[in-house]
Amino acid sequence: MGGGDPAVSGLLPVLLGSATKASAEIHTYPKEYVCLLRLHGDVDDDALEWGLSQFIGEFYQTPPVRSNVARQVRKKELFEAEVLERDGRDVLLRMIVSGGTYVRKLCHDLGLVLGVGAHMVELRRVRIGPKSEREAVTIQQLQRAAWQFRECGDEKGLRSLIRPIEELLEYIPRIVVLDSAVDAICHGAPLAKPGVAQAETRISRGATIGIYTLKGEIVAIAKALKSTEEILREEGIIAKTDRVFMTRGTYPPRWGKGKSKTSQHTRY
Amino acid sequence: MRHSVTPWPAEREFVTIKEAETDPRYGSRPEDRPIHDLLNYGYVPLDKPRGPTSGEITERVRRLLGVERAGHGGTLEPRWVGEIPRSPGCFQSY
Repeated sequence: MGGGDPAVSGLLPVLLGSATKASAEIHTYPKEYVCLLRLHGDVDDDALEWGLSQFIGEFYQTPPVRSNVARQVRKKELFEAEVLERDGRDVLLRMIVSGGTYVRKLCHDLGLVLGVGAHMVELRRVRIGPKSEREAVTIQQLQRAAWQFRECGDEKGLRSLIRPIEELLEYIPRIVVLDSAVDAICHGAPLAKPGVAQAETRISRGATIGIYTLKGEIVAIAKALKSTEEILREEGIIAKTDRVFMTRGTYPPRWGKGKSKTSQHTRY
Repeated sequence: MRHSVTPWPAEREFVTIKEAETDPRYGSRPEDRPIHDLLNYGYVPLDKPRGPTSGEITERVRRLLGVERAGHGGTLEPRWVGEIPRSPGCFQSY
């Protein structure tokens, strides 16, 4: 193996086209990993369990030297940790961590807590938010399907491997809007109460929400200015549009037109 | 060992503010999207193999599918301390 070969594998959602705008949300999702940890000294089972328990719940982590974020201490969370197998100093761990946790660093810090030192040998991501590795697609499967589509015009294979981005945004609370409000939002307009059809119950003020059509398509990611209760009670602006996914003109433009002109809409 | 809070969110619940119907002439349900639209509003739940970086794998998928843009959700290997820089086409002799 080469000098810096990352021995990491597992679920990696590759976002296509407009869907790349969802990457910030996916980053915040909790993730589940199976990792191989090598201890640098002898530690008995009880001590190892104790060491892990020190990280359960909230803990602090400084990002590694080579990372894309500022090196300041950040609060992370370890939701679950389990020793799957042990062979002397090699420990196979399964853990669920909050988004943005550096597992490699967690392994290193666990070594410090145990007093013997440790490092991560191998890592596999088995779950990311609503998606599990059971649904993962290999690059070979994708290659075959892409070839079939290109050479034979058969899209069936490709369709089964490429999933709608909405599936991955499952964790973001939703507001469903009327057809007539869609194009205004595509142009960056804020969402006002008359455009709303349905709202999810768990929306809080300032939360990141997804604006959806009645067909279930994502229109944009927005910041909620009102909670669900306030939406029900009050009039006015409900959410500020942040990132638009949908191409303008997918739905007819209807803003600024009175009710009497509803039959005049045309698609551009 | 388990923390009391489960990180996977529970089921969603909606309140209806206005009863409405949608015009079938515009847009399409996510599962009925034409392949061309799927390539713009879709993602591949890829099983990243060991070896290539997340960026390299993403670029391969992008070319394979012939899309203009592709990105990955949640990098799968923040490059660790002390990594040896590699340049494409250069034989790795370490």
